[in-house]
Amino acid sequence: MMKVSLFITCLADVFYPQVGKSVVEVLRQYGVEVDFPMDQTCCGQPAFNSGYHAEAREAAKQLIQAFEQSERVVTPSGSCAAMVRHYYPELFKQDEAWLPRAKSLADKTYEFSEFMVQVLKVKLEDLYLPTKATYHQSCHMSRGLGVKEEPHLLLAQVQGLEVKELPYCNDCCGFGGTFAAKMSDISEKMVDEKVKHIESTGADVLIGSDLGCLMNIGGRLSRTGKPISVMHVAEVLAKGGVKK
Amino acid sequence: MSAHPLSFDQRVEKAIDDPILKKAVPFAQDRLRGGRNTAVEQLGNVEEWRERASAIRSHTIENLDSYLEQLANNVRKNGGHVHFAETAQDAVDVVTRIAREKNAKSIIKSKSMVSEEIHLNKHLEEMGIKVIESDLGEYIIQLANETPSHIIAPAIHKTRTEIAELFSEVAGRKLSEDTTELCQFARETLREEFLQADIGISGCNFAVAESGSVVLVSNEGNARLTTTLPKVHIAIMGMERLVPTWEELDVVVSMLTRSATGQKISVYVTAINSARQVEDLDGPEEFHLVILDNGRSDSLGTAYQEVLKCIRCSACLNVCPVYRHIGGHAYGGVYSGPIGAVLTPLLEGYDQWEELPYASSLCGACTEVCPVKIPLHDLLIEHRKDQVEAGRPPLSEKLAFKGFGFAASRPSVYDFAINMAHKGTGFMAKDGMITQGPGIVKGWTDVRDLPQPAKQSFRDWWKKEGKE
Repeated sequence: MMKVSLFITCLADVFYPQVGKSVVEVLRQYGVEVDFPMDQTCCGQPAFNSGYHAEAREAAKQLIQAFEQSERVVTPSGSCAAMVRHYYPELFKQDEAWLPRAKSLADKTYEFSEFMVQVLKVKLEDLYLPTKATYHQSCHMSRGLGVKEEPHLLLAQVQGLEVKELPYCNDCCGFGGTFAAKMSDISEKMVDEKVKHIESTGADVLIGSDLGCLMNIGGRLSRTGKPISVMHVAEVLAKGGVKK
Repeated sequence: MSAHPLSFDQRVEKAIDDPILKKAVPFAQDRLRGGRNTAVEQLGNVEEWRERASAIRSHTIENLDSYLEQLANNVRKNGGHVHFAETAQDAVDVVTRIAREKNAKSIIKSKSMVSEEIHLNKHLEEMGIKVIESDLGEYIIQLANETPSHIIAPAIHKTRTEIAELFSEVAGRKLSEDTTELCQFARETLREEFLQADIGISGCNFAVAESGSVVLVSNEGNARLTTTLPKVHIAIMGMERLVPTWEELDVVVSMLTRSATGQKISVYVTAINSARQVEDLDGPEEFHLVILDNGRSDSLGTAYQEVLKCIRCSACLNVCPVYRHIGGHAYGGVYSGPIGAVLTPLLEGYDQWEELPYASSLCGACTEVCPVKIPLHDLLIEHRKDQVEAGRPPLSEKLAFKGFGFAASRPSVYDFAINMAHKGTGFMAKDGMITQGPGIVKGWTDVRDLPQPAKQSFRDWWKKEGKE
């Protein structure tokens, strides 16, 4: 039996626990044994991106230790997976003791869709969710991690789910971590443009793989009173698990 | 240089709701992006080309001293004069000295970002010299008394109506908004200026070290007139803008035109080896090459060395979602967009430019298209790191991240914080949403709602029922 440790990420832990539950449910459904090391905290990206690299290193060390015994680590965030895979080795490149440990975590960490398609190679069964949706491609997942097609391959297997192509799908939604608060007026224009494109698809649901983006776009949709809800890919698969 | 009259926030505020920018910038961006994508895809193996161009530029920068020496020797061998300028002022001094010696009354220029960087026009005009920009975009912004808002399309922010008004003023009669008429007017006016000019000043897209040549990439033909009609030609280049041989030039020029405007090759690619030779029918009598450092060499051997690979194609501006909404002037420096946000603080320091590295969501679109593979968004993080290490950010931010580091490295503290999040925010939330938050959250809730932290965190759920 394949064993996987869930790296929940701070946003899912605090704001979107149902996404974590969905990941657990879906993985178990496909025969994966899931555990959750309680010592995990945040990957450190907020500190890293803001230039606080000493603090980012503290967080990173904690995450590395928490998952040291894990065979594979799966996370419902392309951005956090990219942080671990791409920037952890970078953070410890001068540190002989920690560099191999950082690399080891980097090598065994997967974003959820990436794991489902590339490692588990699942064929989804009897999923049905009659909804018109569109998909937001997050920057760190597509560019940082190079994972673009995987979520689409999964969503295409859900019967009844119509995923409309999102115009300007390569453009950032304006989240950018502290950028959204620090440069809120610029971020506002970016998220408004994203919302405009989402609306143009006629979708009722916006699906994504990064909760930072979904929190940003969802928060703007809520503020401007647009009746479009947001969902993580894992939630779609869990919800669609209801047989026809 | 003198401080910008407006603060970063003021510049953004001015730009962000400008109805003309709102239309013009996304329109131009879309056109340039699309062109770039098509032209680059035609190469078939884009990544290999980027890799090659990047390797060429890296090699050149790593051996900058020897290639510069080779270039200078060859220019001199061809009869040209070479001037190394350490600072902007040094470069200005060289040009003004030549202008004085030649008793120049009027100077015609083809497009040069380096001349913008050293504010050359202002200095020449102060001497009473008439300076005319002959690149159409530069001519427009010169008439409007503005600075370029884009590296290759300096008047990207101007509409046809505004241009017609500017030209009408020069013409002393009302010109229509018809582009053909406007271009015809510019052509006629500029032709006179070309014929009168005592000196022509150009930039330099690339110099070729092995032959001592200056290569200009242009579309309007004005660069050729600038460099052949007046008796003196002065080319100004950044010290990093060279390639070892013609073979490498081939690669970088292809990447430049495809990345910049989506052209396989620009209308003109002009190589200038020297002033007029005995057998030549035309050309200037004197050729000067000014090679400017102005802070560039400070980046050598640092994490920022990669920025010297830049070939000024603007692909990063054209894909940048921040540039899309604020345009070029909000950046405040001569170079805008992601490259400007990285370069300007390097050339002019953090005191005036500390916000620029934060004017990015770190989406990485810039890095993805850069033809010479400069990790632009990583360099923005590098700037943030350097500012943190220099103790520049406000105390509140420092404390917040100290607290973050403390909690993130202590699972029990982190656990407590996560499980308190719901209760701690109860007073702010309504129907599961926070619409007006304090402190750093305020920036967020000014624009969008924030979901209230869930009643039960994931970790708490796992502890109680998730394990199965």
